[in-house]
Amino acid sequence: MAEIIKTNRRDFLKLAATATGGLFIGFYWSGCDSPKMQVLSNEEILAKATDFNSFLSITLDGDVVIYSPNPELGQNIKTSFPMVVAEELDADWSRVRVLQAPLDTDKFERQLTGGSGAMPHSWERLRKAGATARHLLLTAAATRLEVDKNSLTTEKGVIYHKSSGKKLNYGEVVLDAAQLEAPDEVIFKDPKDFKIIGTPIKNVDNQEMFTGKPLFGLDFYREGMLHAMVQRPPFGMKIKSVDDTEARNVSGIQEVFVYDNNVALVGSSTWPIMKAKKLLKISYEPDGNVESTADHDRIFKELLDSKEARVMREDGNVDVAFKNASKVITSEYQCPFLSHSPMEPMNFFAHVKEDQVELIGPTQTPDSARVQTANLLGIPKENISVEITRLGGGFGRRLRADYVLEAVQISKKMEAPVKVTWSREDDMTGGAYRPAVRYRFSAALDEEGNMIGYKLRGVGMNAGNSVRQDNFPSGAVENVLIENVNYESSVTTNAWRAPITNFLAYAEQSFLDEVALEVQKDPVKFRLDLLQKAKNSPVGSVNYDVDRMIGVIKDVAEKSNWGKNSNVKQGFSVYFSHRSYVAQVANIEMENNQPVLKKIIASTDCGIVVNPTGANHQVRGGIVDGMGHAMFGNLTFENGLPKQKNFDSYRLIRMKEVPEVELHYVDSGYDPTGLGEPALPPTGGAIANAIFAATGRRLRSQPFVEQKEYSDMNLEIRRG
Amino acid sequence: MANYNLRVNGKKYEVDVEEDTPLLWVLRDHLGLVGTKYSCGIAQCGACTVHINGEATFSCVLPVSSIGDDKVTTIEGLSEDGDHPVQKAWNEIDVAQCGYCQAGQIMNAASFLNKNPKPSFDEIDEAMNRNICRCGTYHKIREAVALAAKTK
Ligand code: FES
Ligand code: FES
Repeated sequence: MAEIIKTNRRDFLKLAATATGGLFIGFYWSGCDSPKMQVLSNEEILAKATDFNSFLSITLDGDVVIYSPNPELGQNIKTSFPMVVAEELDADWSRVRVLQAPLDTDKFERQLTGGSGAMPHSWERLRKAGATARHLLLTAAATRLEVDKNSLTTEKGVIYHKSSGKKLNYGEVVLDAAQLEAPDEVIFKDPKDFKIIGTPIKNVDNQEMFTGKPLFGLDFYREGMLHAMVQRPPFGMKIKSVDDTEARNVSGIQEVFVYDNNVALVGSSTWPIMKAKKLLKISYEPDGNVESTADHDRIFKELLDSKEARVMREDGNVDVAFKNASKVITSEYQCPFLSHSPMEPMNFFAHVKEDQVELIGPTQTPDSARVQTANLLGIPKENISVEITRLGGGFGRRLRADYVLEAVQISKKMEAPVKVTWSREDDMTGGAYRPAVRYRFSAALDEEGNMIGYKLRGVGMNAGNSVRQDNFPSGAVENVLIENVNYESSVTTNAWRAPITNFLAYAEQSFLDEVALEVQKDPVKFRLDLLQKAKNSPVGSVNYDVDRMIGVIKDVAEKSNWGKNSNVKQGFSVYFSHRSYVAQVANIEMENNQPVLKKIIASTDCGIVVNPTGANHQVRGGIVDGMGHAMFGNLTFENGLPKQKNFDSYRLIRMKEVPEVELHYVDSGYDPTGLGEPALPPTGGAIANAIFAATGRRLRSQPFVEQKEYSDMNLEIRRG
Repeated sequence: MANYNLRVNGKKYEVDVEEDTPLLWVLRDHLGLVGTKYSCGIAQCGACTVHINGEATFSCVLPVSSIGDDKVTTIEGLSEDGDHPVQKAWNEIDVAQCGYCQAGQIMNAASFLNKNPKPSFDEIDEAMNRNICRCGTYHKIREAVALAAKTK
């Protein structure tokens, strides 16, 4: 059904038309403090053009330009956002050009990439912008043709009056449209009439990406710019002394200096700096805990038993439940630190001038980078401009602005424009990892095999809250106790794609598998029974939509022929995170007595699929990512330093290691939710459960390839 | 420092750099050809893949002094208008996520298909295994190489 939607007229700033410019519609994504519509001169338009959260413009020729405000790191937002605007505008996609919007000052509500939140946040706003523009164009056309507005239709940027056969291109009426007031309400299309949404529109940057155009932060060069690299200390250490004699002798090195426990090297190009950096002789001394992986393992065990823990959720009485249980199952699961390792290492350009700063580079949080720069320099943030380049991956690492501030500090000291580049070794040893975590799960079972009690304690290394207390199976079990213990490690951590759930889901879904098999229930049926309970008699708050979770479980069970082929050993997993539901089944077949992972089948409910190609990318990419890190990812420490420093020792998944991946979507009709993260969490569990089904070996820690249960197994991965 | 005459994408360049400077950094820092990417610097990921006389080569570990008269081709010079069959297939299959690894993937695929115009899927996997894609676009890469082989 088409929907009538109230607009907040203050959300829109429509700029007057000019002979050259056409119609500009600026739209704010927050409802507050927006100026009224104004009529502006040509110069004012140009000055104002970047003053919105975003805007679209239509030229007199009917070309459409849509600004995409969010950083693009591979989640395809630069393509999918404009698709939504163009849909409601009824534009001709072949005449739409997409530009990356710069960071705007105060009016931004959400110009960041993280938490898979962009699409749910902006869905309605984007539709309103397109529908408002279309409304204005139609109104102008009705006046021009002297017909009733309701007798007009639009298609691909053209307005038709069917009975008279007259038609007008959008460009022909933009000047008139620009004189009109923004409407109080607009009509949204019925989703079944969508022509652009739901079609596989190609990535708008393809041509530039595939011909090597400078798109990424590291590709940014400017005449007179200096290059810099930084040697950072091991965790828990501080600089005692620096001998930079040899480093300074490398030709091309301009300056070596110490700041904030770092040594900065500055030169005219990258290679001499890389060489000089290796010649630095720095001695460090302890400045806090200097930790090794052995320490972390010991601390995990201690804190799992410690008396002190923060209770995150408590339903019923677990003590009684566990006392009355006819059987208790307890298991522990552990995951290591991980590096984000986007293919493009950290880098940023800064030019600190008298009281102005120019920042250019790859960041997931441009506004935070600016605010932190303002605080560091003690200048107003309005004096700082941020240009967002395309990001060569992020995975959460570029939510931090540490590498931006380095560029700022070095530029300030050198009084010159500077680009700071991290080598791969810097990127891997320079901190802000996915935290290592250990979990202990316990289930209390009654005589019929019902789970009457459920306990979970998470211990994390700088993980903040390492549990998600309200996630399934909370709500489906009478007596629940969920606790968290955080250890303040000197190793720095940061959000990593699907924070916490990227390993919690594997541990939880493996444990539930253990419980199901213990009570001799089919793992899928076991979950469905629990969900039925959460639906019929929920215990405490339930933060997931039971029906949507059941929807993906049933879908994946059907599509994977769950349990129907005894030659295929299957592992099941389901998880709700970042507003989307994803269930997965991994298929393993035994060949010559060895397990061969052949396929992963996924069923996703992310509401309306905006761009099927983009959605497939995110779900498949999340599965490959989840699998790669579950299988291989491991960052270990010795005396405050990661032992793995580059891809020779830190193993990333490769071409030959990915099984076939089959994707399905449950059409629930809900507004779209993000997909950058939700497909990753279930994968580790599905694979581990399949390995158990095939070999009887339960993998209780990651990475799989480095544990005892795996050592004499040869899991092959082969596509069909 | 020493002078080197290089032949890149059919053009002649002269650079004055240290002899151990990897071709990658000559391209990026000195010739302004930034399509060739840096990611690991130790011949592990393939982001820096260029063609040396048509052969896919990791430019991050190739000292400029070793190049001599060899013909260097980078992503910028793979085709005039971005219409090499591999580039076209990459667009058709819409391979990229972040896109950072893709220039290296395309260069590797183009050189591979020159040598093996009708590869099996196993051969594609084998050849493309030397390039890492952190975003996990492997399925699409495989499809695109197969498509390029078909349309060539
Ligand atoms: S940058 Fe050359 S192989 Fe990774
Ligand atoms: S597309 Fe991002 S690394 Fe390959």
